[in-house]
Amino acid sequence: MRYRILVAAFAAATTCGYAGVASATDLEVTHWWTSGGEAAAVKELAKAFDATGNKWVDGAIAGSGGTARPIMISRITGGDPMGATQFNHGRQAEELVQAGLMRDFTDLAAKEKWTEIVRPKSLLDSCTIDGKIYCVPVNIHSWQWLWLSNKAFETAGVPVPKNWDEFVAAAPKLEEKGIIPLALGGQAWQSSGAFDVMLAALGGKDLFLKVYQDKDAEVAAGPEMAKIFKAADDARKMAKNSNVQDWNQATNLVITDKAGGQIMGDWAQGEFQIAGKVAGKDYTCLPGLGVTEMIATGGDAFYFPVQKDAAKTAAQEVLATTLLDPKTQVAFNLKKGSLPVRGDVDLNAANDCMKKGLDILAKGNVIPWTDQLLSQDSQKQKEDLMSEFFSNPNLSVEDAQKRFAEIIASAD
Amino acid sequence: MSSAGKRPSQLTRNLSAKIASIPMMLTALVIFVGGTAWTVFYSFTNSRLLPRLNFVGFNQYERLWAAPRWNVAVENLAIYGVLMLIFSLLIGFVLAALMDQKIRFEDTFRTIFLYPFALSFIVTGLVWQWLLNPDFGVQAVVRSLGWTSFTFDPLYDQRIVIYGILIAALWQGTGLVMCLMLAGLRGIDEDIWKAARVDGIPTWRTYVQIIIPMMRPVFITTLVIIAASIVKVYDLVVAQTSGGPGISSEVPAKYVYDYMFHAQNLGQGFAASTMMLLSVIIIVIPWAYLEFGGRKHA
Amino acid sequence: MLDPSGPRGSRPRPVLSSRNIIIYGTLFVVAFYYLIPLYVMVVTSLKGMPEIRMGNIFSPPMEITFEPWVKAWATACTGLNCDGLSRGFWNSVIITVPSVIASIAIASVNGYALANWKFKGANIFFTILIVGAFIPYQIMIYPIVIILRDIGLYGSLFGLIIVHCIFGMPILTLLFRNYFSALPQELFKAARVDGAGFWQIFLRIMLPMSLPIFVVAVILQVTGIWNDFLFGVVYTRPDTYPMTVQLNNIVNSVQGVKEYNVNMAATILTGLVPLIIYFASGKLFVRGIAAGAVKG
Repeated sequence: MRYRILVAAFAAATTCGYAGVASATDLEVTHWWTSGGEAAAVKELAKAFDATGNKWVDGAIAGSGGTARPIMISRITGGDPMGATQFNHGRQAEELVQAGLMRDFTDLAAKEKWTEIVRPKSLLDSCTIDGKIYCVPVNIHSWQWLWLSNKAFETAGVPVPKNWDEFVAAAPKLEEKGIIPLALGGQAWQSSGAFDVMLAALGGKDLFLKVYQDKDAEVAAGPEMAKIFKAADDARKMAKNSNVQDWNQATNLVITDKAGGQIMGDWAQGEFQIAGKVAGKDYTCLPGLGVTEMIATGGDAFYFPVQKDAAKTAAQEVLATTLLDPKTQVAFNLKKGSLPVRGDVDLNAANDCMKKGLDILAKGNVIPWTDQLLSQDSQKQKEDLMSEFFSNPNLSVEDAQKRFAEIIASAD
Repeated sequence: MSSAGKRPSQLTRNLSAKIASIPMMLTALVIFVGGTAWTVFYSFTNSRLLPRLNFVGFNQYERLWAAPRWNVAVENLAIYGVLMLIFSLLIGFVLAALMDQKIRFEDTFRTIFLYPFALSFIVTGLVWQWLLNPDFGVQAVVRSLGWTSFTFDPLYDQRIVIYGILIAALWQGTGLVMCLMLAGLRGIDEDIWKAARVDGIPTWRTYVQIIIPMMRPVFITTLVIIAASIVKVYDLVVAQTSGGPGISSEVPAKYVYDYMFHAQNLGQGFAASTMMLLSVIIIVIPWAYLEFGGRKHA
Repeated sequence: MLDPSGPRGSRPRPVLSSRNIIIYGTLFVVAFYYLIPLYVMVVTSLKGMPEIRMGNIFSPPMEITFEPWVKAWATACTGLNCDGLSRGFWNSVIITVPSVIASIAIASVNGYALANWKFKGANIFFTILIVGAFIPYQIMIYPIVIILRDIGLYGSLFGLIIVHCIFGMPILTLLFRNYFSALPQELFKAARVDGAGFWQIFLRIMLPMSLPIFVVAVILQVTGIWNDFLFGVVYTRPDTYPMTVQLNNIVNSVQGVKEYNVNMAATILTGLVPLIIYFASGKLFVRGIAAGAVKG
């Protein structure tokens, strides 16, 4: 009898002891979320994870994914992996997974029924390689938004546009008042993204998929694409005076009414929110540029490099569960301006723009995004071309299209 | 010059020297030769994010030379390299010659010319980005003084952006060149000046015909330092323009980095590295061998 | 020995000669150009944001505020870490001190061996090193990641020190080799005759005579390693990030508008250590360079 009590006591002590150790686990999480809205959002994740008794060690690397990813990859391949890291889900981490450097979460996913709660399904598909799940999607980011400053159009004496064509038509009036029609940051991914948005919104889903999914070079060189390049030509003329680099500086031009609009993903919303602007009153958002109401389901996901330390491995699971927790999802996505990855959460707090996005998502008007369709290599070539096209007025529409078709022909 | 202690004849007596040189040999062989060979080797594969042995011949090189961005980068490096070399040597030498005129406040001037060298390229790029920003910097200030059509925005004009980078690079680097040159001038015997003056040779000719040739070793050290920094230019461009506007201020080192890590195409990045290495080797090895390897010049 | 730092030009002339006017005029104009960026940095860092937004970058602050400095040092945020540069300062010290000592120790021995104990093939290694000075660091990241991983040093401070030793080696070896070659050979020969060995001669004879070149090496290495961004970011973790990485993080974490004043204060703070070293040892630097670079 006494013996049993002792054993029980001992067991209790060791479990407690074990829990005590586990609670001390520091998990380093790297990401490139450093703008105001992003930092506020990531704080929600950290808070939720810390509440589980573990500690989120923040490894933010500023300067967009282009700066951060090489560092993350070097560390993972160099054998000094962080506990978890952000990637845009899709093909960025493909080879790291194939090399066996990322942790397989299939079991946890089955236990927590991720396939049932995550929507749309394509998100989890992007995390799945050879039937196994390697990442946890945390949000849906859609690129297809045109953000407009209501005040800027008021100043110019024109109504706030309802679609891309009206916006282009209003450009001269804005310019007369010294307002930059289109704000566009100088970094290559921004011009490339804006172009893809025009392709999807003005060209439609079929054209978009033919070019980026089927990699059909003939279509890419064809007359339908020529129209898109024409629109891009309008865009570059409208953007020629925006002397900023970062996307949020460009957003800031719209927030401060110095620019008419910006083509940027829904993460721009976080900046409007921090600046205390109200959707519908101070600014207007047009999904699909007001032409084709459709959103892409790109986004961010967390990957978990394989760890040697058992305590860290256990903490990784806790983090994965925390990321998909309904409460975390709501808190995080409201701050980030993105849409949650599960359909069963309550988003009453969402503002007008997010609600528009949720509606489109509910109707199923979704497309995959270029991160999922193209390799990083093809993406980069496209970025190089687009950043040259948007900054160099001497690069003709025809030449640009020809080079674009060549990239698509060799894309993978 | 009768350098290096009469080379010790017995091999065994050099044992300590050899042992002491092991780190150098390892660095030279493993890192510089080994790393280079490895890079060249993998440039013939289609490695993506991780190195893979899947050979594709010269495909990466064909693609490299067909890429507009690479060609812009090479052209920029050529312009930047030639101008940087000429101007930093010229400005550095002239400043050093002026400083060598028994002037007052020499310490102060030297400190002023040298301090930018203490700052990193990231810092340099940032400050000059700020000074050359048309909305805040020099252009805005001159305009606010009344000259409203004044335009000076090199970082936003793709035709001249590389000169905007050059301005910052010169600001950062000429101080060191000046120091090296000054050191060289101080190493010249006073008697030579006296003799030249007695012969009635004008000062500028003394410099060109007598002093500069005597400063050959200094020029070589300086050349190595400047040229090495030219080939490596990367941080400054990233901090100042990120290669923009568009691709107009791209440089080869940035192409390498972006394609290796950003585009996750190691093969392409290695092909670009190999081209850089090849040009360095073609220029530097024959010269370095003559200068350091072969017989010493008197 | 001659004092290599004494001025050697032609004799001084009357103060207001046209020659002096040209010399001083040129020097003042150039000095002005060199000082503008520093002036703008300091002035901007002392202004509040509203003043920066409307103002002229050259105008002195109307109202001096030290808030940007405090913020840059202690509270600027990157992601969730809001402790500014303060953390990075000590990390930089921890990285810089051993790296500087190790790299100089190795390079000085190399230079000594190359100058005084030439063995067969030594010049080939030296030529390779000099060519190595031209290799962009970016190219070497990948091979070095693999090498460090295979010897198990990736991500450790020791690994980072090795990397700094490797990349500092070419130029430092060149300087030390030149310096030791230029020392009077009689000393070395006499020591050899007395039977002194490699290390004895190095420690007892060469080192005591090499202060100037060590000053140069320390200055170059402190500057180079303190200012390094690439290796710091690739080979460390967030809690050991050096100051430059945090500077980049602060400058590139744009939250709303760019806070130019905080950026400038952070920039000056980061550059302070090498700047102080330069201000304090400028004269020694020229003297050392004179000794190490002049004789080939």
